[in-house]
Amino acid sequence: MARRLPLLAVLLALGVACFLPFVMSGFRLFQFTQVYIYAIALMGLNLLTGYNGQFSLGHGAFYAVGAYTSAIMMDRWSVPYGWTIPVAGVVCLVVGFLFGRPALRLEGLYLALATFSLALATPQILKYFEHWTGGSQGLVLTKPKAPAGLPLTEDQWLYFVTLAVAAVMYALAVNLVRGRIGRALIAIRDNPIAATVMGVDSALVKSLTFGVSAAYTGVAGALSAVAIAYVAPDSFNVLLSITLLIGVVIGGLGSIWGNVFGAFFVQFVPNWAQDISRAAPWAIFGVFLIVFMYTMPYGVAGAVRRLWARLALARVPQPGGEAVRSAARSSST
Amino acid sequence: MDVFVQQVVSGLATGGIYASLALALVMIYQATDVVNFSQGELAMFSTYLAWTMLNAGVPYWLAFFATLAIAFVGGVLIERVVIRPVEGAPILTIVIVTLGLLVIANSVAGWIWTYVQKPFPSPFPQTPLRVGRIYFGSHDMGEIAVTLVMLTLLFLFFRYTPLGLAMRAAAQNPVSSRLVGIRVGWMLALGWGLAATFGAVAGMMVAPILTLEPNMMGGIQIYAFAAATLGGFTSPVGAVVGGLLVGVIENLVGTYVWFIGTELKLTVALAMIIVVLLVKPSGLFGRAHVRRV
Amino acid sequence: MAILEVDGLEAYYGRTKALHGVSFSMEERGITTVLGANGAGKTTTLRAISAMVPTAGTIRLDGERIDGRAPEDIVGRGVAHVPEGRGTFVDLTVEENLRLGAWLRRRGVADDLQRVFGYFPILAERRRQMAGTLSGGEQQMLAIARALMLRPRLLLVDEPSLGLAPMLVKEIFRILRAINRDTGMSMLLVEQNAALALDLADHVFLLETGRVVLSGTSDVLQKNDAIRRSYLGY
Repeated sequence: MARRLPLLAVLLALGVACFLPFVMSGFRLFQFTQVYIYAIALMGLNLLTGYNGQFSLGHGAFYAVGAYTSAIMMDRWSVPYGWTIPVAGVVCLVVGFLFGRPALRLEGLYLALATFSLALATPQILKYFEHWTGGSQGLVLTKPKAPAGLPLTEDQWLYFVTLAVAAVMYALAVNLVRGRIGRALIAIRDNPIAATVMGVDSALVKSLTFGVSAAYTGVAGALSAVAIAYVAPDSFNVLLSITLLIGVVIGGLGSIWGNVFGAFFVQFVPNWAQDISRAAPWAIFGVFLIVFMYTMPYGVAGAVRRLWARLALARVPQPGGEAVRSAARSSST
Repeated sequence: MDVFVQQVVSGLATGGIYASLALALVMIYQATDVVNFSQGELAMFSTYLAWTMLNAGVPYWLAFFATLAIAFVGGVLIERVVIRPVEGAPILTIVIVTLGLLVIANSVAGWIWTYVQKPFPSPFPQTPLRVGRIYFGSHDMGEIAVTLVMLTLLFLFFRYTPLGLAMRAAAQNPVSSRLVGIRVGWMLALGWGLAATFGAVAGMMVAPILTLEPNMMGGIQIYAFAAATLGGFTSPVGAVVGGLLVGVIENLVGTYVWFIGTELKLTVALAMIIVVLLVKPSGLFGRAHVRRV
Repeated sequence: MAILEVDGLEAYYGRTKALHGVSFSMEERGITTVLGANGAGKTTTLRAISAMVPTAGTIRLDGERIDGRAPEDIVGRGVAHVPEGRGTFVDLTVEENLRLGAWLRRRGVADDLQRVFGYFPILAERRRQMAGTLSGGEQQMLAIARALMLRPRLLLVDEPSLGLAPMLVKEIFRILRAINRDTGMSMLLVEQNAALALDLADHVFLLETGRVVLSGTSDVLQKNDAIRRSYLGY
């Protein structure tokens, strides 16, 4: 079970977050906005992979669908950006649900392969429908201005919009996960047959989870289209899906607040890596990843959980040699 | 008809490369439930080591076998040093570690040898082979021969040697293997070593065609995934058959279906994966996953 | 000379303690049975000896301490464990299963195969079959045969009668007795079937919730009231 962050800590964090735009530069602010966007996307992926145990290596596709839904609405029909975000969410909900149905037959590795292929194919599919998507060149959009009367720059306004959307979506997620549906999700992940036998409509729940998960990631994609004011197929390649996966594992599967940490990681660590080594920044990032996985195999959330547990309980002797560790690895994450 | 046979043989040649990489993926997957995403990049790195030796004047076959040996040791070391610390961790954690390896291998290769494409020699003569009326590329035939030899040796090893038997046992049932005294950890390490060796072969066979550069194995890796999916991730025989089939299909589709140019060839591989997963996820030779309650 | 001495053995599944200071010793060349109800800790005791679970306390094999060592080491010292559920390699042939039993002993494997086929002729008939296609009883024989291939000093057998027809169980127990007589192999058996166990063994001890509550020779225990009432049903 996730450690529940006290409400006070959350409000405090939000308070600090609201304060930041007035002390940070435009670029740094933009990076934080991107972090919140990632956080929403990661929450989506975590719902599916962490809580429900369905591996997805293709969430970049839903991010792209959300981004392009928003972009096309703004570009073609001049829909105000505010409306595009919920619409993107609904579109992705439907797409995700439709994808979730055939995905029911696939498990573990096979679902991972299918979603991986989807991720690989996404840029090509986007380029193929160039009449709608603008092809390889993409679509250029205009950055929204703060409503009249508010003394905020564009970057600051977008920051607040994103923060607000993230807060709302996280509150919804917390509600979902702590309730009956959340328990159903986890039951299906841990023991699908037992769950079905106890009356959980596994097929429906799994497909819906796919849909909701896609919706979250789609909303994040839409926000990113608005914030960056540009969409192009090559920015939605397989690297995006892998980044999202790294984010949820780093943050901790099956954790809510872990996703925020995961978002910070995927946004800032590549930059740090570049600061450390101009020549081979990705090598440094790779080392970071590996070291992180050694020290926190269950992500940040998992490490915190273990720390609590260790402080609370007595020491227990360890098995001789490698004893039963590999054999005891469970198939679910 | 002649064109058909030519394309099939050519397809078998590239198929052999896919088969080698697919086999490497399946060997590790069978033993650990982990897909080693870095397999292709490690193969690329091995090929660069071979290139370095060849550039220094080392004769081809000496460099070839030396690279295989280095790749084997490298694979064993990577398993013992990099993978072992996370052996008992959730699968996705280990997958992330392999992604880390992928990124490191790619980045370091680019750093050491730059991203400029380098020609890589083929040990086989340039002149085509003539059988009847049909001409076959010598490199293609050579590739097929090398692949056949490696696969035969591997088969004999697994079937008829005690060590091969122990490795199979460790992959299938680690707990029982411990009970007969097999050091399962070392069997895994050997598996990684063998996988790396096969990857190196694939790399050295494909480099003359694609020219050597750090991103050389990216597309091949995807074809290898398609091959393993088609053949079945739980079957080494499937990986080989899958690889050969993918190679042949890719070639025939490219030749006979007019609108599939090189860009869409990758989509063909992806389409194959999706179709197999929709129709029979466990592949041609894989066993359907039985869930125990 | 005691082949096995266990002193104050504790064993853990995660944070749960399953054995609370089990102590006993086993004489060489003897057959000892561990009796007890479900959950008493019988299987755990065998697993503890084979280092399949974390332990505290001492275990001595022929005077040498084996606690805290890796399972492969313990096999190397001549302890063969036939686990609960048999643990056969279902995707390998019968012969491959047997050869794996001899993994640590490189020489004389062919002779050992003959010996084992002598005890279990049905395995010779099925030597090229996939182990997974064998019946329950045949798999149990295969599991025991595989353990024999090690030429162990100590044979640990966990619930050999589980799920098998009575005739087959009698046969297996007869063979175990024959092996003990012919080779002097020490055996530690875990059984829920008290009648059979008391019949086969020289020595018995009774486990209840992770502790030894009774121990002695099997003729003495067979006459013991508590055992008769609780475990023999009369």
